[in-house]
Amino acid sequence: MPAAGFLDRSRIVAPPGWSRWLIPPAALSIHLAIGQAYAWSVFKDPLSATMLKGSSWSGTLSALPFTLGIVMLGVSAALFGTAVDHRGPRWAMVVATACFSAGFLISAAGVALGQFWLVIVGYGFVGGIGLGIGYISPVSTLIKWFPDRPGMATGIAIMGFGGGALIASPWSSSMLSAFGATGPNAAPGGIAKTFLIMGIGYAIFMSMGWLLIRVPADGWRPAGWDPASVRERPLVSTANVSAKNAVKTPQFWLLWVVLCFNVTAGIGILERAAPLYQDFFRDEAPAKTLATIAAGFVAILSLANMLGRFVWSSTSDLIGRKNIYRIYLGVGAVLYLVLLFVGNVNKALFLICAMLILSFYGAGFATVPAYLRDLFGTYEVGAIHGRLLTAWSVAGVLGPIIVDALADRQKAAGLSGPVLYTFSFDIMIALLIVGFICNELIKPVDPKFHEPVSGNLASAGRAE
Amino acid sequence: MSESTPEATSPVRLVVTAIAWLWVLVPFLYGVWQLLIKVVPLFSR
Repeated sequence: MPAAGFLDRSRIVAPPGWSRWLIPPAALSIHLAIGQAYAWSVFKDPLSATMLKGSSWSGTLSALPFTLGIVMLGVSAALFGTAVDHRGPRWAMVVATACFSAGFLISAAGVALGQFWLVIVGYGFVGGIGLGIGYISPVSTLIKWFPDRPGMATGIAIMGFGGGALIASPWSSSMLSAFGATGPNAAPGGIAKTFLIMGIGYAIFMSMGWLLIRVPADGWRPAGWDPASVRERPLVSTANVSAKNAVKTPQFWLLWVVLCFNVTAGIGILERAAPLYQDFFRDEAPAKTLATIAAGFVAILSLANMLGRFVWSSTSDLIGRKNIYRIYLGVGAVLYLVLLFVGNVNKALFLICAMLILSFYGAGFATVPAYLRDLFGTYEVGAIHGRLLTAWSVAGVLGPIIVDALADRQKAAGLSGPVLYTFSFDIMIALLIVGFICNELIKPVDPKFHEPVSGNLASAGRAE
Repeated sequence: MSESTPEATSPVRLVVTAIAWLWVLVPFLYGVWQLLIKVVPLFSR
């Protein structure tokens, strides 16, 4: 059996009776693995204490593999999105597994040989391609298996991406500690061993995804589900738009702004969570204890981020995509306003607001594939999703710049406490309002962009 | 050509489904547990 045949879309058409509930764990095995990217910070101190020892740029350099990885995530999702849709999810998952695992193995070799550039190229470039292809690999398949609940289906997978760091962070920390790669006298060999084990471990873990993934047969639909029910909902189209045409529509760019500003609003808090908590509640405890409490704040935000992906995205199946983004953006702006007024007076209210903001941040990622399905159909939804993820890359730069730069400037002016964040929270509110307006402007796509109904979609095997 | 797969009512399919979910849920719950341990200090005062 030729390898290409094994990966081919035609080989993974599900036979009658195949359970669609096997598809979410297949997707999760990919997303839980690649979500490791958010736990990269665990390696920063060991790398600074070994390979980058003595460098005045060690902080920046040790972050480079992660930064390049996130850039490559957006770039590869945009570049390979069409290939993922055409070649099918097994091909995409195998490529993602190969790239992501190879990233760790190349990094292990880089550490062992004392060549930091290999860590950057391995984890950042090669691994980053795995991140991008892996992120979009199960999305269109899930949407096709769950036409009745696309928000819930993509919510499960993308929750996995949020949860990946929860697994990777304690796992890699314990390995680094066991191999003597922590503290000022860290051994580089310990970092190499950790990378090696992670590369092999993730290759095995992700294999369940590409072994189990199936696409539904032409004409398949869930028992008891009537496609006519989709047509009854506003803004939900049964027509298909190609990725090439989708980027020509105002709907794509309005949604791009919605995603970008929703992510910016959340990432601003997430990226600076620990110092933000310590600035708000500096009188709560001595500095050392406060740092431990702040770590708890970071953890609870991660939990909210992860759960929001599933809970709110599933809710969007009931109340509609436009309405759920009204909540993310409108209520999000109100929550930032509450944070501004309440400050550090009421800790419980502060925690509730911050957790809800972060749940909306995660949910924005999880709901957007279903929103794209509603607007552009299932034909090339993976490719369109890939192109939309460039909004994430922009927000990843915008959010931290707004919060960090403004807070640092206020600090330099001699200010302290919640007032450090007044101006940046004002900007977040403004961005969320702009996002809210853009969401209001989203209307059904002009039929001139639709693919011909009797075209080659079915024969191409992409419109299951 | 589709690969051969268990039928809908097959106990094999149920076992495969259970293994698939355990495969992802076990590490996921480990991660959630580690996270909850960190959250405790936030509410301890």
